[in-house]
Amino acid sequence: MAEQTVSIYRSMKDLPSTHLLGTGTPMCSGCGGLEALNQLYDIIGNKSVFVNAAGCMTLLSVYPFTPFRGSWLYTAMASAPAGAQGVRDALDILIQKQRMSADEDMQVVVLTGDGAAYGMGLSATSGAMERNLDFLYICYDNEGYGNTGQQFSAATPHGAKTATSKGPRGYPGFKKDLFAIWAAHNPAYVATVEGAEPVDLARKIEKAMTMKGPRLLIALSPCPPGWDYDPKETVNVGKLAVKTGVWPLKEYIDGRVVHTKIPRERKPVEEYLKLQGRYKHLFEPQRNEKLINEIQDKVDRYWDSIDL
Amino acid sequence: MTRKLLTGNGAAAWGARLAATDYIPAFPITPQTEIIETISVWIDQGEMDARMITMESEHSMITAAASAAASGIRVFSATSSQGLLYGMEMIYTVSGWRAPFVLVNVSRGLASPITLEPDHNDIMSARDSGFLQIHCATCQEVLDSTLMAFRLAEDARIRLPVIVNLDGFYLSFTREPVELPEYEDAQKFVGAYDPENIRFRASSPVSQAVAVLGGAPYSYFRYETHLAAQNGLVVYDELQKEFANQFGREYPAIEAYQCDDADIVFVMLGSFATKAQAAVDQLRNAGKKVGLLRPRLLRPFPAEMFQNLLADKAGVAVIDQNISMGMGGVLHSELAAALYGHPHAPPRLLSFIGGLGGRDISLEEFFEIADVTQQAVNTKQTPPPRLMYTEQELREMRKLQAVASVERNELNNSGGAKNG
Repeated sequence: MAEQTVSIYRSMKDLPSTHLLGTGTPMCSGCGGLEALNQLYDIIGNKSVFVNAAGCMTLLSVYPFTPFRGSWLYTAMASAPAGAQGVRDALDILIQKQRMSADEDMQVVVLTGDGAAYGMGLSATSGAMERNLDFLYICYDNEGYGNTGQQFSAATPHGAKTATSKGPRGYPGFKKDLFAIWAAHNPAYVATVEGAEPVDLARKIEKAMTMKGPRLLIALSPCPPGWDYDPKETVNVGKLAVKTGVWPLKEYIDGRVVHTKIPRERKPVEEYLKLQGRYKHLFEPQRNEKLINEIQDKVDRYWDSIDL
Repeated sequence: MTRKLLTGNGAAAWGARLAATDYIPAFPITPQTEIIETISVWIDQGEMDARMITMESEHSMITAAASAAASGIRVFSATSSQGLLYGMEMIYTVSGWRAPFVLVNVSRGLASPITLEPDHNDIMSARDSGFLQIHCATCQEVLDSTLMAFRLAEDARIRLPVIVNLDGFYLSFTREPVELPEYEDAQKFVGAYDPENIRFRASSPVSQAVAVLGGAPYSYFRYETHLAAQNGLVVYDELQKEFANQFGREYPAIEAYQCDDADIVFVMLGSFATKAQAAVDQLRNAGKKVGLLRPRLLRPFPAEMFQNLLADKAGVAVIDQNISMGMGGVLHSELAAALYGHPHAPPRLLSFIGGLGGRDISLEEFFEIADVTQQAVNTKQTPPPRLMYTEQELREMRKLQAVASVERNELNNSGGAKNG
């Protein structure tokens, strides 16, 4: 099924105009993760169980409130995919043994941040893919341990200032390529999304919902407190991540990686970096040309290596 | 009813089978592996209508087990030692979900040093988790306790996961004749699982295991779990009586052997207590009034039953097959807490540590324990906790150290040159 059936989401006007996810959550204003989740949840729907790992979004469901119209299970930081395994298997067993009608079935959705997805929970995710678990995985990637005050994680990009990389060169490591690691397991579907690209996001979750097996999405999630920018800029930051080529929108399907929104004329990464306080040390007190070029080169090399 | 020679592991597997378990998340670890291998063969041969899934760790295994239980099915799992500890975050976490399931732990000493042989430090680490604990001494008891564990876990007054504990090697790999209940009889006792409101269904969405803000709601839910665990005392007693009526085998929360007229009482957990039982017979032959108490139920702790069984005894020797570093035997502390200030509490409560990493406890040592306890009674002086170790063992240990030292010197003198 290399050729995708026609999406019902061709433009912004096809997107749902009301949201399923409740309001008044304790997420920060301008949360890019919530921006993405809001849109994803509209299409996933309330026939779902969200299995959550420790992170910012654990605070979505605080007794006795929840913004979810469906079900929720908090597990621990490392084992949300294993929780999804237990729920999925139980629902299958109940249907198979005719103790539950198939109408009562639900989509099982893992919801974690990058701390769990890129690090502590990677083994559990790998195991779930190995076992061909029928589940959705949503990673809201705000490129650091955001809930504890934005220490660097395996998802932090090179040069970014975090609470544990405050030096003049920022984070010395490089963002782990989780998309490639996930895709190497040959699951049904892997995609990157961005909340500020709603049509691309809608098409991907729509596609994922038609499939069985492991389907995993990484949503780059601009984070006003963690990335140090004004909350009103979230959409802008997200759009620039795509337009500069920093965050390639792509999907892995049938053994192939397809780029779904190619920035033909990429904006300089500087435009993306300049908006965020976490890169301020690249421009002030003096411009760190070398580090800016390093970041630009890495993005250029990526796109040069892609057979578009 | 059929009689079969079964290992402790085999008996645990039969328990899961006769309880009509739906789901078994698994991860191999010595000396537990035979349990999941046995179940896996039954499932493959169509003899057991269940699904088994091998997870990538015990942490994930416990998560999957509890998540499935929280979705409304009957779940069984098994682990041991390091595996139990690897899953420990989830052991503590999932008891608060109030989703009942049964976990068998095959006790094995903890690293370091790493070993395969049994003691109880692994299971003691789960003591405060919210899992109830049943400790077994025979293969028959393993099977019967597994059946009772499902009833205990699923009881509406409890709704907590239960661990059935058996000792590695001494019980896990020892074959004993076991009476297997007929499937229908086991079903009659265990009954069908009613998940009530602990389940996931599309038409009735729920949020489970959510966060709380502040100490008051947190304390509320923690107290609820504790009170539910305490209900286990009454519920266990009811169902062990029901079990005895149906199957003719009795399993009171504490097994008392030759206790009624005893002056001195040994207290021990698990299969090593059968060594103590043999020693009690010998001590009785030698004219000493010694008895034995073996708690089956460790959580909830049958404190009142201990108070009654030990009332007005002259001396008690607790033989712990575990060690809390810097404190001593865990069961000794627990018993002291249960007896302290009680009007009929035995005046002398002694602590002995033995059987670590499968180290034997010999008949002579039980005689020595009885002697030391008698002296404490006579002198009204309680000696400090004793770490049991013989001169012979120390001599053998010194030999090992000498060999290690010779080998190291050898390596220092020639190893560098050899390896270039």
